[in-house]
Amino acid sequence: MALEHEHFFFRGGIHPHGHKELTSSSPIQTAPLLDKYYVILQQHIGAPPNLVVKDKDLVKKGQMLAEPGGFVSAPVHAPTSGEVKLLDWHSSSGVKLPAVQIDADGADEWAPDIHPCPDWENREPAKLREKIARAGVVGMGGAAFPTAVKLSPPPNKKIDVLILNGAECEPYLTADHRLMLESPEKILQGAAILAKVLGVKTVLLGIEQNKPDAIAKLSGLAKSGGVTVVPLRVMYPQGAEKQLIFALTGRKVPAGGLPMDVGCVVQNVGTAAAVADAVVEGKPLIERVTTITGSPVVRPGNWRLRIGTTLAEALTLVGGIKSQPAKLLLGGPMMGHAQTSLDTPVAKNSSGILLLSHDEVAQYGSQACIRCGRCVDVCPMSLMPGPLSVMIESERFELADYAHATDCVECGCCAYVCPSLRPLVQHLRRGKAEIIAKRKKGK
Amino acid sequence: MADDIKTEVRLPDPSKLLVSSSPHAHGGDSVRRIMLLVVLALLPSCAMGVYYFGLDALRVLLACVISCVALEWACGRLMGNHDDWKDGSALITGLLLGMCLSSTTPWWVCSIGAVLAIIFAKQLYGGLGYNPFNPALVARIGLMIAFPKLMTTWAPTRTMAAEHSSFIPPESLSTLASHPVTFVHSVVDGVTCATPLTEIRHGGADLLSWPHLWDYAIGNVGGCIGETSAVALALGGLFLICIKVIKWQTPAAYIGTVAVISAIAQLCTGKPVLSGTLFQILTGGLVLGAFFMATDYVTSPISKMGKIVSGIGCGVITCVIRNWGSYPEGVMFSIVLMNSLAPLIDRFTARLPFGHQKPVKEATAK
Amino acid sequence: MLNLMLLSVGVIALMAALLGLVIGFAARAFAVEQDPRVEEVAENLPGANCGGCGFAGCADLAKALVGGMASPAACPVCSAIARGKISEILGLAANAVVKQVALVRCGGGSGKAAFKTGYNGVSDCKSATLVASGAKGCNYGCLGLGTCARACPFGAIEISDGLAIVHPRLCVGCGKCVEACPKKLIKLVPESAEVHVLCNSPEKGPAKKKVCEVACIGCRKCAKAAEEGQIHINGFLAEVNYGNPPLAGLVGAAGCPTGCLARAKQREETA
Repeated sequence: MALEHEHFFFRGGIHPHGHKELTSSSPIQTAPLLDKYYVILQQHIGAPPNLVVKDKDLVKKGQMLAEPGGFVSAPVHAPTSGEVKLLDWHSSSGVKLPAVQIDADGADEWAPDIHPCPDWENREPAKLREKIARAGVVGMGGAAFPTAVKLSPPPNKKIDVLILNGAECEPYLTADHRLMLESPEKILQGAAILAKVLGVKTVLLGIEQNKPDAIAKLSGLAKSGGVTVVPLRVMYPQGAEKQLIFALTGRKVPAGGLPMDVGCVVQNVGTAAAVADAVVEGKPLIERVTTITGSPVVRPGNWRLRIGTTLAEALTLVGGIKSQPAKLLLGGPMMGHAQTSLDTPVAKNSSGILLLSHDEVAQYGSQACIRCGRCVDVCPMSLMPGPLSVMIESERFELADYAHATDCVECGCCAYVCPSLRPLVQHLRRGKAEIIAKRKKGK
Repeated sequence: MADDIKTEVRLPDPSKLLVSSSPHAHGGDSVRRIMLLVVLALLPSCAMGVYYFGLDALRVLLACVISCVALEWACGRLMGNHDDWKDGSALITGLLLGMCLSSTTPWWVCSIGAVLAIIFAKQLYGGLGYNPFNPALVARIGLMIAFPKLMTTWAPTRTMAAEHSSFIPPESLSTLASHPVTFVHSVVDGVTCATPLTEIRHGGADLLSWPHLWDYAIGNVGGCIGETSAVALALGGLFLICIKVIKWQTPAAYIGTVAVISAIAQLCTGKPVLSGTLFQILTGGLVLGAFFMATDYVTSPISKMGKIVSGIGCGVITCVIRNWGSYPEGVMFSIVLMNSLAPLIDRFTARLPFGHQKPVKEATAK
Repeated sequence: MLNLMLLSVGVIALMAALLGLVIGFAARAFAVEQDPRVEEVAENLPGANCGGCGFAGCADLAKALVGGMASPAACPVCSAIARGKISEILGLAANAVVKQVALVRCGGGSGKAAFKTGYNGVSDCKSATLVASGAKGCNYGCLGLGTCARACPFGAIEISDGLAIVHPRLCVGCGKCVEACPKKLIKLVPESAEVHVLCNSPEKGPAKKKVCEVACIGCRKCAKAAEEGQIHINGFLAEVNYGNPPLAGLVGAAGCPTGCLARAKQREETA
């Protein structure tokens, strides 16, 4: 059946204001070619990649700039043809990252080693996986985990369900929504490729009910494809991996475990589309759809941006800014990262560029936890964030470990509802870092 | 469009950007909003108290509130938090403290109560969020120990003297003229009266009659300013539950436990069950305690199961004290005792996080 | 009467003997295995359990010394002879007994080194580092949120103008602040050292100057003015060699353009 009902409902969660109407009806526009692109080499979780080009090399569009540096790693490719300049990028977090500046030559010529594969159905799964790996496809929902590695579970983990994440539960973001409306065939094709690589028959596509047009379109097309579309309750964080798996299958990923421990692999719909591009058209991952939005933005919209586009360039596309923003975010308001400069480049997992004005941002204070329990009600992992934050603040990390602080997925539901305006997620991040460091030392 | 792509976007003032950890949005709730809603819920019963006990009641309430807020402001300045007194928690403590006192209480006793509540029970522990015991109840207990006679001297309501003289002991009618009690200043008509719970210990089966029960419900009875009107309190409490400021588990468990134990006790002693049980629920500070004191965020368990356990515990202790203890009233002690158990209850009733399994103690069935 | 007295004395004496046996047995049966050096070292410590070393008493310090987690200089109450004996037991070289104090190797307080943006969150350096590395212009600089000051058991660290400053007279060299600083800015240096370089950033000189007025730009003036081997230049950062430290006069002689070369006593005077 192409359409099924959601059977399982996770505990907790919140209903933040969506603000999706700013961009949900804006079709995806493609950014024109820019003069410069700044490609940070590491755009994935895992080992840093190794450079394969030198300063002043001339490269073509889609040419590999750095190759994987380990098993859990991914290559990165040039977004356009031009001249290479090696540099160290000072990221917003202050860390220096190796990067490549491409000075575009204007020709935008593809590299010669782009090999489309339209008859992928006749290829071996291993070969398809290799193609996906060489194309540098990573999780586009935000995690940026190398997709090819996710598709190679250890032999003792049997995978029987492929889940596509079309929830897009973060407020403001509509990139996945538009992608589902405008390129549904590509997503379904990518899903089929992924299913073949994994050898699974069950493919579930979860879409939140605030996107009825996408649900209708995909369930209509999916009739023949073996993909079951499941409309999901609108609740943040419906798109969080563990909650999504539970909502669609009723399986709970064990604490400290991974989806493959319950036989599932989860991929964002954008990743599925990238997989289709990588296999069928042979194109490496060099661009993605990003929602550029927020009240300080002149013309919010959804744009197809090449990796390496700076925020300044991206904002120019949307008509610039009409007022000084208080925050510059890459990602959504719940889990996005605050940036310190417009020179930051867009990466493979930049699902949104969000500007927030002073009245819209959370203003954290340093008040005490009043044990009101609102955070306990909303935590999707059934933790007690308030008491945990008090333990971490007083540096009682062993107690926080005992209270399962490491189960926190940093979704932000707790801090969203906290009446004392405590920066709960920051406390939990500090606690988790200390606990993990202590565990490593203990070993 | 092609033209404005050439101009580079620049921030007017990059240093005015903010960075923080995620999340960057907030739902808008605040401590002050919650506190003010609780004050709103308490106003009906305060109004009933002032109606029945006169302006003396208003005097006591104001004295408590002003002392508490002033002390909180002063402590804040000493400790470097200049704005914390505005969050409304001292206002609630003052109101609850006032509601626990008789309208005959002099203003300086109210101030001592405020010192006990704000300084000893709250600020010395670190302020809001760190106190283990309910400040208003600690103050009430402290005052009860320091001024036992004063704290058990109640004024009659405006309608009581005419209708229900059973509460006014004959001796007090001629009392204060001949034996001036220095603590008591402006007692209405120089008459004192007893509370229903005190009276029931001296017999008085007619106290369970329906006209009396209506009096207990509406507040036409001797007692503390804010404890008497069960109807007004219940309305306020239900309002708070509906807007999700407090949860239903504690009041339901507390009142339910008292009801069940009372009903059983009434059955065993052959007394009328329904009116006897209602009597136990409507008198004393049960409704005030169940809705407003036992549900205090800081001092009660966080988990839902913990709230039920706490409610049941409070109910059991209240009934034990009422029936076998030397105090006629047990609500304040039971709540403070359960406060001390709150962290332990939380530890044992915390929900198992997502993805954890209960440890299997016994060998799995073969 | 006498019988009663004798009986009471006898019963108590018997109880004492029995309990003594029980305690003795427990001391053997539940004894904790530990390095015999720990007891030897503990014998040479003053035994006052003052906590001046930053550890929970002399026994704790003895354990830490044997475990290599503390230096004999940690005990401010010990005599030099006792320190010498302890070093002998631990097989440490003589210079391990040099008194050390903490030094915050940064001079970029507010007014000298700016923040890139405002920061809203936990007032703690370790937590702030998780958010845009603390959002300071210099990624290696002091955030001034006081994690080190709170970690110091002796109140020797003051946060003044957004910069952590150690008061050498109060510091006993326990090293708690060294662990506490997420930027690894604090170092234990000999108390006798007269000159320090108050910068810790390995970035290029011009880049450093853009974000901090008092950064070390690697101009090498100090190395040139000092004697051979007293100042190392590591890329764009000067470092004092505390094994052969320069004298206080170097500060005037070198003419450091940014002021990152500072006299140790200067710190005490401004305290």
